[in-house]
Amino acid sequence: MMQNNHVETTEVKNTAERQVRGVRGVRVQAKALSKSYGGREVLKSVELDVKPGEFVAIVGRSGCGKSTLLRLIAKLETATSGDIAFAQDGHQPETRIMFQDSRLLPWKRVLNNVALGLPKSALASAAQALRQVGLEERGGEWPAVLSGGQRQRVALARALVHDPELLLLDEPLGALDALTRIEMQQLIESLWQKRGFTAVLVTHDVQEAIALADRVVLIEDGRITLDQTIDLPRPRARGNLAFAQIEEAILSRVLQHPASAPDSTLGDISLQKSVSQVQWAI
Amino acid sequence: MSAGITSSGVQDAVAVAATVSAPAKSVRKTERGDSFGGKQLASWALPVGLIVFWQIAAQAGWLSSRILPEPFAVLRAAWHLAVTGELWVHLGVSTGRAASGFAVGGGLGLLLGLLTGTFRQAETLLDTTLQMVRNIPALALIPLVILWFGIDEMSKLFLVSVGVFFPIYLNTFHGIRSVDKGLIEMAKSYGLSGWPLYRDVILPGALPSILVGVRFALGLVWVLLIVAETISAQAGIGYMTMNAREFLQTDVVLVGILLYALLGKLADVLARGLEKFWLRWHPGYQ
Repeated sequence: MMQNNHVETTEVKNTAERQVRGVRGVRVQAKALSKSYGGREVLKSVELDVKPGEFVAIVGRSGCGKSTLLRLIAKLETATSGDIAFAQDGHQPETRIMFQDSRLLPWKRVLNNVALGLPKSALASAAQALRQVGLEERGGEWPAVLSGGQRQRVALARALVHDPELLLLDEPLGALDALTRIEMQQLIESLWQKRGFTAVLVTHDVQEAIALADRVVLIEDGRITLDQTIDLPRPRARGNLAFAQIEEAILSRVLQHPASAPDSTLGDISLQKSVSQVQWAI
Repeated sequence: MSAGITSSGVQDAVAVAATVSAPAKSVRKTERGDSFGGKQLASWALPVGLIVFWQIAAQAGWLSSRILPEPFAVLRAAWHLAVTGELWVHLGVSTGRAASGFAVGGGLGLLLGLLTGTFRQAETLLDTTLQMVRNIPALALIPLVILWFGIDEMSKLFLVSVGVFFPIYLNTFHGIRSVDKGLIEMAKSYGLSGWPLYRDVILPGALPSILVGVRFALGLVWVLLIVAETISAQAGIGYMTMNAREFLQTDVVLVGILLYALLGKLADVLARGLEKFWLRWHPGYQ
């Protein structure tokens, strides 16, 4: 695996610490994690152990609780019971999230969006991060003039400029067209290989999960029902027979379990925003 | 700082926004064409035509100068007032009143709007009261204001401030409350909190709405000032106009009225300039 490659130039902090550890990524352990909203249990005692530098994809039907799990890991919500632990030394890992909508601040220029939360002196590393996602020359523009795919690339740069130990991806490619999606998947994969952070991707696209992840975890009805290691060499060709077999196996596993709740999150994004955050997450 | 929102608060704010932002949107639509010289020219055709017709009507004797003096007479009166310096004194006094009233009322509105928009306790404490007071027309307070402050500057300042306060307060409150929760969540997960969160996310997000309030307020300032200055004053455009009426100087009266129109337009241009500058990131203003 290539996670051990920690040579990076855009780094903002923690050089010494990182070189000691070798791998940038942090371990994530969910222990008996449960979450309920208004009496409805969305996650039921979930156990998940993500190794440092590992890329884990969480798949499942809408409403199965996969987004909730991610939001719990991100500390955007608190668990009803159970616990999430990171590295042994107990420090809070540098965690960054990519959302389905890019959530760029429309009143900040692209470069300043990338540099959000950083001191002014970090503009150079923000520019570097923009270069890595191929948008260096768009730094001076407003987010409003970018396409959906470009906005997500800016969001990715914004997440990476902090040099995260843990990158959480909440269906970040869900709203993109098929071609842009594949491009973004390759970009995410290459940046992950270069930097060696731990990545947790939530997606409803099984193919995407297999293309990117070391491990695909299926959540059904708030429980993990499948935890499959994907042992294909990278970069993974989607036409590959082994790839197709794994996809087939996981898909049929997903489909044999009947939908437990009507589709609520696949709908329109604007609706998700207006409905309360709680509903959005389930 | 709490960024959360109760559903009743949102409904309140949304109802306000619906009534307040609708006219602003239509205004914005017509603004877009302004960059074309031809359109700008066309928009002046009607007022110029009216003035020409008015001049002709006055010269032909269809209009008595007691009712409406000819445009040239108005121009002459304006020129005379300008040369004697009288005009500038009145203009200065009126502008000063408008500016100070706007500063006091608008500043308070902004401050309280930010307060009630940001802190739920402040909303519980203040909003109901303010919503009640809002329904009293500022001009209905005139008798009371005269009793309280006499007929001095204070009463004028008070009237203008009260009138300006509410549009800015309501729109600031609504603006703060309608900032995209997703952006706030994102910013918090990127380590922003406290003042940086406020400066980088909440304030800019509320700005479009606040500026709508500023525009409404700027329009209101002159309406209130006209009334306040005609009650009683020793200087100002309103005083000049009322004084001229006593002496049947209809031309000076018209100069006063036109000055108000001009100042109102000037204020609007100013507000638009602010929008263009502060909202240059907004696709609607590009």
